[in-house]
Amino acid sequence: MNVTMLIERLQPQSEQEACEIVKQAKLDRWSLAIEGGGTRAGLGRPVQADAVLSTRRLTGITLYEPAELVISARAGTPLAEVEAALAAKGQMLPFEPADYRALYGSQGEPTIGAVAACNLSGPRRIQTGAARDALIGVRLVNGQAQAIKSGGRVMKNVTGLDLVKLTCGAHGTLGLFTEVTFKLLPRPHAQTTLILDGLDDAHAIAAMGSALSSPFEVSGAAHLPTGHDGTGAQTLLRLERDAESLAYRAQKLVERLAPFGAVRRVEGAESAALWRDIAQVKPLAKAHGPAIWKLSLPAHKATACMKAICENLGARYFYDWGGGLVWLAVMPGEDAGALRIRAAVAEAHGHATLMRAPDEIRAKLDVFAPLGAALMKVTSGIKQSFDPDGIFNPGRMYAGV
Amino acid sequence: MSIPFPLPDGSILARRDEILAGLAPLLPSEALITTEDERRAFETDAFTAYRRVPLAVALPTTTEEVSAVLRYCHEQGVKVVARGAGTSLSGGAIPQTDAIVLGLSKLNRILDVNFPNRTARVQAGVTNLSITESVSAEGFFYAPDPSSQLACTIGGNIGMNSGGAHCLKYGVTTNNVLGVRMVQMDGTILDLGGEAMDAPGYDLLGVMVGSEGQLGIITEAVVRILPMAEDARPVLFGFDTSEEAGACVAAIIGAGIIPVAMEFMDKEAIAICEAFAKAGYPLDVGAMLIIEVEGSGVEMDAQLAKIIDIAKQHNVRVVRESKSAMETAAIWKGRKSAFGATGRLADYICMDGTVPTGQLSYVLKRTGEICAAAGHRVANVFHAGDGNMHPLIMFDVNDPKSAASAEHIGLELLKLCVDAGGCLTGEHGVGIEKRDLMRYQFTEDDLRQQMRVRAVFDPQWLLNPAKVFPLDGRE
Ligand SMILES: Cc1cc2nc3c(=O)[nH]c(=O)nc-3n(C[C@H](O)[C@H](O)[C@H](O)COP(=O)(O)OP(=O)(O)OC[C@H]3O[C@@H](n4cnc5c(N)ncnc54)[C@H](O)[C@@H]3O)c2cc1C
Repeated sequence: MNVTMLIERLQPQSEQEACEIVKQAKLDRWSLAIEGGGTRAGLGRPVQADAVLSTRRLTGITLYEPAELVISARAGTPLAEVEAALAAKGQMLPFEPADYRALYGSQGEPTIGAVAACNLSGPRRIQTGAARDALIGVRLVNGQAQAIKSGGRVMKNVTGLDLVKLTCGAHGTLGLFTEVTFKLLPRPHAQTTLILDGLDDAHAIAAMGSALSSPFEVSGAAHLPTGHDGTGAQTLLRLERDAESLAYRAQKLVERLAPFGAVRRVEGAESAALWRDIAQVKPLAKAHGPAIWKLSLPAHKATACMKAICENLGARYFYDWGGGLVWLAVMPGEDAGALRIRAAVAEAHGHATLMRAPDEIRAKLDVFAPLGAALMKVTSGIKQSFDPDGIFNPGRMYAGV
Repeated sequence: MSIPFPLPDGSILARRDEILAGLAPLLPSEALITTEDERRAFETDAFTAYRRVPLAVALPTTTEEVSAVLRYCHEQGVKVVARGAGTSLSGGAIPQTDAIVLGLSKLNRILDVNFPNRTARVQAGVTNLSITESVSAEGFFYAPDPSSQLACTIGGNIGMNSGGAHCLKYGVTTNNVLGVRMVQMDGTILDLGGEAMDAPGYDLLGVMVGSEGQLGIITEAVVRILPMAEDARPVLFGFDTSEEAGACVAAIIGAGIIPVAMEFMDKEAIAICEAFAKAGYPLDVGAMLIIEVEGSGVEMDAQLAKIIDIAKQHNVRVVRESKSAMETAAIWKGRKSAFGATGRLADYICMDGTVPTGQLSYVLKRTGEICAAAGHRVANVFHAGDGNMHPLIMFDVNDPKSAASAEHIGLELLKLCVDAGGCLTGEHGVGIEKRDLMRYQFTEDDLRQQMRVRAVFDPQWLLNPAKVFPLDGRE
């Protein structure tokens, strides 16, 4: 087969074409690295594949029913295009999809298919669920070159096994998404961020916990130990609502937070900019040297865990999801602190993902937390069941998967 | 009665005594039920038209006992049907004569409530309502609220990915569960997820939820608990026709308003529920919506004003707000006892298809026509906000013709939902009831992929094997 021809053919324009490519790859024993906008190529273990299978030409919104809060788009549709269409009707993806271009210093446009493949959610996850909660339908091509669907376009669906959840967050190792369907929320008219200054980690987590235990539907809860601007600790709590209700709830929340100190307020665009930065991990992303970890752990164990990690390890970090998520920057060194970090996080019943590090390090470390033997057995079995020849993104999540 | 069961495995039936003897040492003596009379209590679930008395019933008291029982059954090739409270409406918990029932009712403790992390760890056999009851004094609740919440278990809820009236805003089971401890058929104990917001690797928890007892037995779950709203108020909206009420639902969502709940009842359902609960439902309307709003008094007033405006554009005839906690309780009692109240009048089967909300009016109209043509009374009472229909088709259980025709039009209504862009089941699960319609919604390739995933967990198809997948063409 002629190489230039191949590159042409690996940008399918339809599900049918995608199936043919996979059929050929299966015959020729080729492996395929799936690429959307290529903005997160630095996520996961480095993939060594025979060719790139790009969703670049698999684009377009295929169904948008604002009155039913549902949108479907082909996998390669730029996220920006989807978000613009939704904004025009006053709607949004509930989970605040994360854009990691700043983190990876990458160019290009994130695609909606990759949002589903990576299950990456921003600060609002704490209130409205993750990408996997909003994803209600997928079409994908599996390793047997079959076009498969799971879920659909309706809000409730328990028909058969939920392969939507299983493939969401599988980083393209189970197949190529060709079309994804998300449920939506109305976009709130206004937002405000309440800021508490100078809290230590333990008090910050208690303050966030108090806010999240209130009836006021806090849609963002982050703590930046060195502040957004590097001056001092800031604890941020976001409310998003229509203006009247916002005023009422902000007032109530300020009263509730009184034991934690004085509360400042930042409104509208300024508030939105703060949360955009948090969603994009800007407080840590700027410097390109350090390795970056994402820790997921029970909020009430976060402070002790961070204390254990930071002893003797020069680290910077901040909390999101009320303390349930920690972004952590360390110097890469030998193992990017993996041993100490994984031990401390395991102690806290959480797990750590190495989100950014030089390729050499990601090739030799477990990027995703290692799984026990029993879980690994199921994981390999699932991979086999979708992609028996190991065509898609070999090794991206785990060696051999 | 046309739904087939697989032929029982004669060699298992013949070895019954030996199998019981093998199980006995694995469980406390009162936890193994063997007499015919006692086993009969487990022969069906809430899909009562079908019954099979199981080989035996095991009621383990610990995860380790569950593991020992499964390992033994795995070795012996004995099938196992998990059972929570047996309230499944699709036959999900109906046994087979060559299977044992593994009931989780003795695993009924709340193990830990963690308010700072807003999670609770519970055993699989606790009832849905008791989770909320254990946290309500602190102002929290567990969100998914199936109408059967007094009886149904969290294990069964996870098995079916159950929903409820308040899921419009708060999501269904899969959105509110963070972890499970489960036992695989070979006895291996696995923890999927836990107290953190997500877990590494594939979302195995995601595929476990809604797997109808086919991938493993859940013994514990970690669920999210949420803070209660400041206040809540249900309001009744009466319309002349079902079509107007259906269109009103679509318009409310289209206007960017998501109330906590939007429940629909047609004339038949209103009469049945009002007679039972004396909730003050308007009897002179053709259809009614129960719409619940939440927040402070002022917030609720503001949201209601918008909803009432929209309802007026759809010719609403009656608007009646709950004025007290007692009225609120009565309004919800009426709705939540709809199935039970219908059951006092006639035998019924309850369908569960979901349609896009824009199709509600059309599908309601067709539902009425199809039932009328076949001579069946039908009551519609369902979660309208997410398009999850529940036509209750009434029939006479003593008249085989009537029962068969109810079953037949039930399946017709489900096909109607699929044709309208929806699905066979929104929350009750496939069970045996919709098993043989799966090919109407899925292609052979779709189903094969699901079955291959199933086989990863249970290669010998011993766990609840008569359910979900058509009996022919299994891998
Ligand atoms: C009056 C009435 C009202 C209802 N209202 C609703 C409603 O509003 N919303 C709704 O979604 N459903 C509703 N249902 C259906 C039913 O209550 C739910 O499906 C419920 O989740 C079943 O729970 P259960 O404990 O009774 O489970 P069972 O019926 O015992 O089992 C259900 C399924 O889960 C499996 N299972 C049970 N426990 C486990 C376990 N520990 N591990 C693995 N698998 C397990 C079983 O094998 C079976 O396939 C209603 C039912 C009735 C009778």
